[in-house]
Amino acid sequence: MATATRRRAGVRRAVRRAGAPLLLLLPSLILVGVFVYGLIVANARQSATDNHTAAQATGQAPTTGVGLRNYLDLLGSEEFQHSLTNLVLYTVVFLVGTMVIGFLWAWLLDKPLRGEGFFRSIYLFPMAVSFIASGVVWRWLLNSNQDEQASGLNRLFQMIGLDALQNNWWNNVSVGIVAIAIPAIWQLSGYVMALFLAGFRGIPVELREAARVDGASEWKLYRHVLFPQLSPIALSALIIIGHMSLKAFDLIMSISKPANYQTKVPAVDMYVFKSAFDYANAAAVGTILLVIVAIVIVPYLVHTHRQDKR
Amino acid sequence: MRGAPRTSAVAAVAAVAALALAACGGNGGEPESSGSGGADEVEVFTWWAAGSEKAGLDALVKVFDEQHPDVTFVNGAVAGGAGSQAKDLLQTRLQAQDPPDTFQAHAGAELQDYIDAAQIEPVSDLYDEFGLTDVFPPDLMDRLTADDGQIYSIPSNIHRANVVWSNRQVLTDAGLDPDATYPDLSAWMDDLATLKKAGVTPLAVAQAWTQVQLLETVLLADLGAEGYSGLWDGSTDWKGPEVTAALEDFETLMGYTNTDRDGLDWPESQQLVIDGKAAFTVMGDWAEASYEEQEQELGTDYSAFAVPGTDGVFDFLADSFTLPVGAPHPDGAKAWLETVGSAEGQEAFNKAKGSIPARTDVDMSTFGEYQQSAAEAFKSDTIVSSLAHGAAVPVATLTAITDATSKFTSGASDLAAFQSELAAANAG
Amino acid sequence: MTAVVEEAGRPIDLGRRAAPRGRFTVGRTLRYLVLLLFVLVVLVPVYVLLVTSFKGPGDAAPTRAWNLPRVWTTANWETAWSTLSPAIARTVQMVVPAALISAFLGSLNGFVLSRWRFPGADLVFTLILFGMFIPYQAVMIPLNQLVLGLGVPSGVPSLILLHVVYGIPITTLIFRNYYMTVPQELIEAARVDGAGMLRTYAWIVLPISVPSFVVVLIWQFTSAWNDFLFAVFFSSSQNGPVTLALNNLANGALLQDYGVSMAGALFASLPTLLVYVLLGRYFMGGLMSGSVKG
Repeated sequence: MATATRRRAGVRRAVRRAGAPLLLLLPSLILVGVFVYGLIVANARQSATDNHTAAQATGQAPTTGVGLRNYLDLLGSEEFQHSLTNLVLYTVVFLVGTMVIGFLWAWLLDKPLRGEGFFRSIYLFPMAVSFIASGVVWRWLLNSNQDEQASGLNRLFQMIGLDALQNNWWNNVSVGIVAIAIPAIWQLSGYVMALFLAGFRGIPVELREAARVDGASEWKLYRHVLFPQLSPIALSALIIIGHMSLKAFDLIMSISKPANYQTKVPAVDMYVFKSAFDYANAAAVGTILLVIVAIVIVPYLVHTHRQDKR
Repeated sequence: MRGAPRTSAVAAVAAVAALALAACGGNGGEPESSGSGGADEVEVFTWWAAGSEKAGLDALVKVFDEQHPDVTFVNGAVAGGAGSQAKDLLQTRLQAQDPPDTFQAHAGAELQDYIDAAQIEPVSDLYDEFGLTDVFPPDLMDRLTADDGQIYSIPSNIHRANVVWSNRQVLTDAGLDPDATYPDLSAWMDDLATLKKAGVTPLAVAQAWTQVQLLETVLLADLGAEGYSGLWDGSTDWKGPEVTAALEDFETLMGYTNTDRDGLDWPESQQLVIDGKAAFTVMGDWAEASYEEQEQELGTDYSAFAVPGTDGVFDFLADSFTLPVGAPHPDGAKAWLETVGSAEGQEAFNKAKGSIPARTDVDMSTFGEYQQSAAEAFKSDTIVSSLAHGAAVPVATLTAITDATSKFTSGASDLAAFQSELAAANAG
Repeated sequence: MTAVVEEAGRPIDLGRRAAPRGRFTVGRTLRYLVLLLFVLVVLVPVYVLLVTSFKGPGDAAPTRAWNLPRVWTTANWETAWSTLSPAIARTVQMVVPAALISAFLGSLNGFVLSRWRFPGADLVFTLILFGMFIPYQAVMIPLNQLVLGLGVPSGVPSLILLHVVYGIPITTLIFRNYYMTVPQELIEAARVDGAGMLRTYAWIVLPISVPSFVVVLIWQFTSAWNDFLFAVFFSSSQNGPVTLALNNLANGALLQDYGVSMAGALFASLPTLLVYVLLGRYFMGGLMSGSVKG
């Protein structure tokens, strides 16, 4: 009896130490466990079968395991390689574009300036607009007609005498995807600006003053004092912006069309497979996307932990 | 003091749980299914959410309310992407065993996927019950009947895909005869070349599915009705020289089209012709509704004729309604299907939508001029199934064909590769 | 100590130094010119949206995108409003609870993960965070079955659930990063006072979390408001949010009425725009106060 009470007290103490935090986390853990990991597993299992038809999808016809066949077929096909190339191109242009423009804006706004709030609001607002809403107008702007039939941006280029800038935007089969990154850059550069601006402002004034007193040039000030302070922000901006490049899907759906070969990315392939009842291949594309993400994100997470522990 | 934190911990956890439950529970549990056979309402799933399609649906609902005043119509229309969003959502709902009471689908091969997946019920009995067996043309009945001898849907309307629409003013301005008839594609291409020299877009086309539709009419023109139908049952060789010749014609025609095609949907490419920015377009006869909406006159403002080389052939597609397995209100669905199949329903619906009734016994005298001629053609012409609209092949094959077409027209593959991809798509 | 608390809780004033007045320098003029040029570039799509939304049928055509309306009309706005207003009301009902619940859960998680270093805490955080990156299309079919199996009605309730669940990773991330910057002494002091974890959370941590709540709420509000993918799969035009209604308006019509589409696009974006304009400085302030440090 006595030992039981003592043991119960011990358990209670242990529960209070580790149990309470876990209890608080529990709702989120259950939700994330089921909705994220449960579904990832379900998806992976699906991808290793020959579930390519409507009848199989509903269990009217049997499915059998095919191991990694779907993955090998996908990665070996010219079409899917085209999608992957597009994804890489899009991501690189989108990341470089938002980071460069966002940093430039933050740098321009860093020093005291009348009307700063105005500029900030203008640069930030596209972030508030959905791709469905902005797609309505970007579809016009990125119209590929040129010369007499031009409309959209090509027309604007003519009006301001920059005819040479006219191009067929996303209709170029090898680099057209880059045009889809333009609305995305428009949308998220302001966010990157906000991050960098917050970073600039987070740097103590004394640090700058001290450097100035030491006679450091403006460039040296940035190079040795400000940039090092900004690099963690740049990293998290890269991660947040980078994961959005996987959401290119919404943009492609509203500007181009899912069936267009020029602007195919894996997310679009997945959508098309699913529409054609080819669930196994849709799932395989999903897993490939997940692996790509993991390759990028896991080192970041590991890196962050090392920093935290320091 | 010691006890307090624990109490608040419990309270907080309870609060979180309550919040989570509130998020889950919402208005409380499942939507109540209404017992007794479910004859009190019917959720009708379509992609007729706007324009003449919505007008057609509204007219049909009016007839439905008269015929079945005790059944409430619930509109499950989803717009966007020529039905692609609707189909996508429908697929998900069927997979999750949460079907609407009845849904719109193109009659023909497109239904095969739902049949294979045991997601829709045969409605052959209803044909007998409603007396529909003899009111539809035999050609149509053949195409509605699945491999197992059962019929799975009731058609509401018929459309024709192989129609060329022209802007008469544009043709006159380019020195061409707006009433010219073309015996075959090459005669037509001569005029397209003239138009191109005159500086207008000879042929307007839109995104991939409209290009597939153009491809199907070219195949139909060059291979003939029998050769075209043979593509779907294996009796015509996809790798043969006749198909190569047809694909060459398709390539030539695509060379005459607008450069912004991939970003447009059909109403926009149609508008290019209506506005005089393009001379011709190939589009199904639902395009008639956009002329009507803009008060354009057949014969003065525009002309419509069968794609050159396809005279006497009716490239058909039909909308139809189904009875999903496990529909919550099967009796309501049957009431809806009865109205869809009835002469009054077909007349009201098609007059508003601009299509022609699937029934042959509807009085056409009050229909528009184009519709009357189309109804005549449907009775007398050879009927073939449309590729682009799911009447000829299952969804997976159509997707593969669409992908290959987009790859070809965007310049990523040459004609030989295109042909072998088409052959592969149809092989499996 | 109290000073620190107050400092962290207050939105940070961004106008750190008053702008110098009246001094003309080449550098500053150049800076203004560049900034204004960018303003023009950013506003290009807005110009097209705005002018087209006031154009009559026929006038609202792609080739006339840059022209001012021949006749100014508000008919498009009236049509767009009557079509979209029920959906906007539903979106508010959906977005507000979704943002609040996910922010609250994120704050709890962030607090626990940043302060209670139980074994495996890092792993748990990483596992939660990874949820941000799953491609939703891949899980749509099992997800639909799951939501249906739980008996959640389609429309607002389903969407709240989904935005809460898939919002947990990012809200947890932002709060955790923020709490990492809260001085340890603050928490220790509370502990010495004998306060348990929840008390520390409720009395010390929650009051200083305002900047992060602002960031998270704005973020969640915007992403839930602008979501289209979940909307298509878990609601219908009768019970769905405004993105769905806008899509039906913009892409459903036979004869596309661009004027109405563009007016509708502006309407659908107004609430999120207002949030940014009104709360923009708090958003920035929240970002500044440590929410974003990797």
